[in-house]
Amino acid sequence: MDWLNILNLAVSEMINPISASFILCALGLSVHFGYTGLLNFGQAAFAGVGAYAMVIGILTFHLPILLALLFALACSAVFALILGIPTLRLRADYLAIVTIASAEVFRYFMTTIGFSSVTGGASGLSQFGDEFWALNPFTFSGKVGFGPFEYSARDWFIRIVAWLLIAVSAVFIWLLMRSPWGRVLKSIREDEDAVRSLGKNVFAYKLQSLIIGGGLGSLGGMVLVMNFSTVAPQNWVTTFTFQIWTVLLLGGAATILGPIVGGMVLFLLLSLTQSIMSGLVHLGWLPFLSDPQVGQIRFLLIGLALMLLVIFRPQGIFGNKKELQFNG
Amino acid sequence: MIQLSQARRFSLAIGAVFMMFGIFFGSLPAMGANEAKAATPNPAPTNISQLLIKGTVKNEGVGVAGVKFHVTGNGVDLTATSGDDGKWQLVMQEKGVYKVEIVLDSLPKGVGLRDASLTSRDADLTITDTAAVLFPLGKDIRVVQPIGDQIIIRVFAGLNLGLLLAVAAIGISLIFGTTGLNNFAHGEMVTFGALFMYLFYAVLGWPVILAAAVTIALSAVFGWSQDAAIWRPLRKRRTGLNQMMIVSIGLSIVLRYLLLLFFGGETKTINPTFESVEIGPILTTVNSLTSMGISAVALAAVALFLTRTRIGKATRAVSDNAALAASTGIDVERIIRIVWVLAGALTGLAGILYGMQFQGNWLMGFSILLLLFASVTLGGLGTALGATVGALIIGMVVEVSSLVLPTDLKYAASLIILILVLLVRPQGVLGKKQRIG
Repeated sequence: MDWLNILNLAVSEMINPISASFILCALGLSVHFGYTGLLNFGQAAFAGVGAYAMVIGILTFHLPILLALLFALACSAVFALILGIPTLRLRADYLAIVTIASAEVFRYFMTTIGFSSVTGGASGLSQFGDEFWALNPFTFSGKVGFGPFEYSARDWFIRIVAWLLIAVSAVFIWLLMRSPWGRVLKSIREDEDAVRSLGKNVFAYKLQSLIIGGGLGSLGGMVLVMNFSTVAPQNWVTTFTFQIWTVLLLGGAATILGPIVGGMVLFLLLSLTQSIMSGLVHLGWLPFLSDPQVGQIRFLLIGLALMLLVIFRPQGIFGNKKELQFNG
Repeated sequence: MIQLSQARRFSLAIGAVFMMFGIFFGSLPAMGANEAKAATPNPAPTNISQLLIKGTVKNEGVGVAGVKFHVTGNGVDLTATSGDDGKWQLVMQEKGVYKVEIVLDSLPKGVGLRDASLTSRDADLTITDTAAVLFPLGKDIRVVQPIGDQIIIRVFAGLNLGLLLAVAAIGISLIFGTTGLNNFAHGEMVTFGALFMYLFYAVLGWPVILAAAVTIALSAVFGWSQDAAIWRPLRKRRTGLNQMMIVSIGLSIVLRYLLLLFFGGETKTINPTFESVEIGPILTTVNSLTSMGISAVALAAVALFLTRTRIGKATRAVSDNAALAASTGIDVERIIRIVWVLAGALTGLAGILYGMQFQGNWLMGFSILLLLFASVTLGGLGTALGATVGALIIGMVVEVSSLVLPTDLKYAASLIILILVLLVRPQGVLGKKQRIG
């Protein structure tokens, strides 16, 4: 086994655009669940709405990239309104079921043949990134960088954009949560009725939280599809949502560093275990496994991590147990 | 210290569940090696073996040659033609979802699709590298049917699906009623039943009754062991219900991928024989009729159990108010244990029936999980009768909606109904108002 290679791959995985998009989605979920106590099981749909809206904006409405981004954020806000206005009054577990159901409905609508002239149907859409990649200021050819971080110009560009988005979002959430508005959110998480009795419109605050967190999720979706150069319905399955939950709960729900570090650590660990296991398979030490099966174990580990985290350390790496409200 | 010992007990318990899996699957290493060829999802930079879309067209057990298939998606537009044995396949270059369409005009005269609305299917090559796409053939029913007949056909199909969903949904409902847990790992219990039936019946060739009985017994043990290993300790720790719900999501992912690891990703035909029966305009199979009969008997048995027996009455008492039930001397933990065993057995039975009628794969349970939740919620969370009514309604909605909606939206219709019901009447059709928060 080439340990240096395995380590390099794993460390590089920490900042890759896929990790970054999960981190963005998890930051959004942190606003929903960590700060407001909303059990949103449909974050995949927010990411999907953002991604599809941006791509459809570019391909169907021929919007410039920045306008397409704004259009996508607007669509995600509208989706949050449609989802939130009827459901935010429901009990937490009902909200969970409604959000997961809406995410699946969204996916069915993106898959159906009826809309495939706009959505591309089951095979999705591609070739929308030209304008985005044209913005790339780096022109060097080949790979440039140091240590594990050696990338092509294109790879550097998407990583820098993704991490700038993360930095801006993190500062944005930090500022929001130390404002009076953020304090109201946290008190809704702690005791909704008490906040209501102070004359605050709890429903409106929850709706705003849903819109903001959903917007961050849709940024994550946009980063993901720009990196893949395609958008397809099967990206937004429920497993995507629960991977985001694992990232969030690993780092710590009501924190800002939590989702960021949680995402980096999770993808580091997954890459390490996967490389080591496939190394062992090649050495013939794991005769009952084949190479493709090692990839399936990745998801098994994510599920296991989710279970164990919620049971043994629901506050994650950085969180404060007192700040954790599962029954909000 | 106490924390630590609890933690240790926990890991032991969870280990035990996996051990159980290990024992089950230890006996079929050869099968695992042959079948489990599902590829790794990105981003792992592994060499991907050949991506394949394949299928066999058969009419009454004989391969049909010369049937054309049109495969589109991911920039690909290819056509395949079935050989003399009815087999066809296409090699794909890229992962993704492809649309496979059967060219109806290439079918021999008098032969048509058994489900005329399914002229195209998706072949999902995102997770696995072989996708089998099957179009069951039968007597040509392409002649346009009068709308009345179409409605009767869809209602019949809805009744069939509804009964299946009801058998599986009662388990969710009983578990929710007695423990308050929304069990997201319930779909995997359906898959468990179907895939073990496949193992015993289709692979090992056991007689059908024996295979079904052993599968149901294993499913019951599976239900019991989930409670013993995970949920009972969590209840003892007074873990919050929403926390337990997220644990059940994790469990569902773990179980689903374990089943994938051991059974492989292909869709499995559990019961290859189809004997068709015609009742008026309805063309159905002996399998479907048998399955509907068994579901109805199982549902009636559960109803009798809940209303007539002491344990059944105690179960309803715990559902109504656990504390009050405990104070009248009912052993609540024992009732919950019985409920898990019963739920496991029933859900396993649902998996068997589903798999015998249609087909089975590692995702089947998860794909109907939301329909199950929809049924339970529609009927009123925590009431067994409600779950049955809800399941019948959802089954009808799914099948009848395909008269007006494209078939690929039929699940969406039922989920929209779920959302609307939660908004208008969150306690469900038969639920009591006090159950909602």
